[in-house]
Amino acid sequence: MMEELVGPFARLIEDVCPPAVVRAIENGAAWQPVWAAFAESGFLDALVEESAGGAGLTLSEIAPLIELLGRHAVPLPVGETMVARALLARAGHEAPQGPIALSSGTLPVVAAGIAQSLLVATEGADMLVANPHGTEGRIPIAGADPMPLRSVAAVLRALQIAGAADRLLESTVAYANERQQFGKPIGRQQAVQQQLAVLAEHSVAARIAARYGCRSGPIPDLRDAAAAKYCTSVAAVEIAAIAHAVHGAIGISEEHDLQLVTRSLHAWRLSDGSESYWAEFLGTLSFDDSI
Amino acid sequence: MFETFSLATIPPEDEALRAPLRALIAASIADLPLDRRARSWQGFDAAFSRMLGKAGYLGLTIPQQFGGGGRGPFARFVVVEELLRAGAPVAAHWIADRQSAPLILNFGTDAQREHYLPRICRGEALFCIGMSEPGSGSDLASVRTRATRDGDGWIVEGQKIWTTNATHSDYMIALVRTSGSSTDRQAGLSQLIIDLKAPGVTIRPIVDLTGDAHFAEVFFDNVRLPGDALVGAEGQGWAQVNAELAFERSGPERIYSSVVLFDAWRRHLSTIGRRDSATLRTLGALTARLAILREMSLAVTARLALDESPVVEASLVKDLGTTFEQAVPIAIGDDLAAHPDEPVDEALYRTLLYVTHIAPSFSLRGGTREILRGIIARGLGLR
Repeated sequence: MMEELVGPFARLIEDVCPPAVVRAIENGAAWQPVWAAFAESGFLDALVEESAGGAGLTLSEIAPLIELLGRHAVPLPVGETMVARALLARAGHEAPQGPIALSSGTLPVVAAGIAQSLLVATEGADMLVANPHGTEGRIPIAGADPMPLRSVAAVLRALQIAGAADRLLESTVAYANERQQFGKPIGRQQAVQQQLAVLAEHSVAARIAARYGCRSGPIPDLRDAAAAKYCTSVAAVEIAAIAHAVHGAIGISEEHDLQLVTRSLHAWRLSDGSESYWAEFLGTLSFDDSI
Repeated sequence: MFETFSLATIPPEDEALRAPLRALIAASIADLPLDRRARSWQGFDAAFSRMLGKAGYLGLTIPQQFGGGGRGPFARFVVVEELLRAGAPVAAHWIADRQSAPLILNFGTDAQREHYLPRICRGEALFCIGMSEPGSGSDLASVRTRATRDGDGWIVEGQKIWTTNATHSDYMIALVRTSGSSTDRQAGLSQLIIDLKAPGVTIRPIVDLTGDAHFAEVFFDNVRLPGDALVGAEGQGWAQVNAELAFERSGPERIYSSVVLFDAWRRHLSTIGRRDSATLRTLGALTARLAILREMSLAVTARLALDESPVVEASLVKDLGTTFEQAVPIAIGDDLAAHPDEPVDEALYRTLLYVTHIAPSFSLRGGTREILRGIIARGLGLR
């Protein structure tokens, strides 16, 4: 079933959200046509239970789709909206139209400038749908599971990081095989090869970690989510650094697509808890285990 | 890339091995001091290995007709994981169970299989691996130990070094040159099973920086072997060794070398009741890394279960795994010494020092970090 979804979803992203469109949206161009394409595709209700009119898939089943969103650095909150619509449906609320971002803390939210609504985790573990552009319209979501939002969001980021990591591995290896210095491709230099091997290790680890994070049902197990976001956040830093080191100066230029992906990696690392947040969280759970 | 490398689940029938084995191990090593258990797979106890063999925990992946368990790599994963987490002394059977038995099963004759495999599965035939030589470390294809035809048999001349457990072993499977010279590189190499009690074999233990003598140098002076000492095809030693190294590199031992120290430190924190932010971050970070490495090791096991030889994937996991293993004593040492007024059990401190000192070996044995990264780079399509 997933195989049947991955191909069409990949083609959809490649059609409506190529790098030129990512740049344009980042620079303030209209995102609505791209959003409309995602909405029409029906994927936004992938996680909504079948009884509520969705596809009834699990986060684990749609993991390859979230990875594709990460791979292409899609600047719209597509995965976030999938998660939000499912959580709202579970709580018996109708989801608002349009893109929904997730806010699990006070740091700036990924895709906040585009989102028409926010799903917010508050101190008291309730969630609210709010108008992100004002204080009006905050709606308490009674009946929602307590405090799941940050862990779901963290796993979402983990999957995005994993997708981006795989793309950076492919593109950085390809660049190392093309770029010539000292009369041969730089990928022939052992020093460069060793770095690319480390990039591969972190890329594979990121995917395994992200999949581990969503292995247990619609709301991730907190330990799984913690391990996933910790490991992918650590990997994101290493991967971005090596990809840039191998690409040299061209990689930090605006015109090269590398920066679209590496800037996203850093945003996802900082979103919904960095490595130290989740390390401390998991450490607390783990400490209590050994008592 | 590496799309087939994905989460795997241990089948329930293999997971069922865990509980009874755990009880058996706990009963057997209850009195083993912490720093002995921290020796991990370098702790030698032939009686313990025979006991495991009798209980059916050795040769799990070997067919039942040769005395094995007739099970898959996941069964072996469970058993190895339990042994390592407990710090059981597994050195006696370790190499035979991990790589010599699969090698003989895959490349040996029926007579060799019948001769060696049942005894390996009983923990009664102990093997070591003769790869490194004084002039051949990472550049393994440059080995100079030579076997020449002598009628139906062989005569071996040369020397191996850094051979783990040679002192205690019955046999060595050695990579030797059977034709050509070291300029022929990978061509002309073969593997021989050398009976270490044969005349002309001299074994000299080498003491390591912790005071242990787990490895040795082994000299071959006009050692005569029968014709059936050759395992596999003459001249195919290089390909066979690489298949063998895939087994050597793919197990959970590449993530668990520091786990006895890690668990002891966790008990220390619990006893002391120290749960400040910095402590919890260290604990959580190591816990997360180990959890994901375990999943990666299981993913390699799943490829083995499909009869693949996941050379590149195993190298990825080994490099990451040994990095973790080496980070553990550094992090724990820093943690303990950051609290100089806190009482620390003497056994924990001794274990910390042992693991700290031996840790460089984690990324040397079974292929150095640089060699592994070279293998990964080739797998990526570089060079």
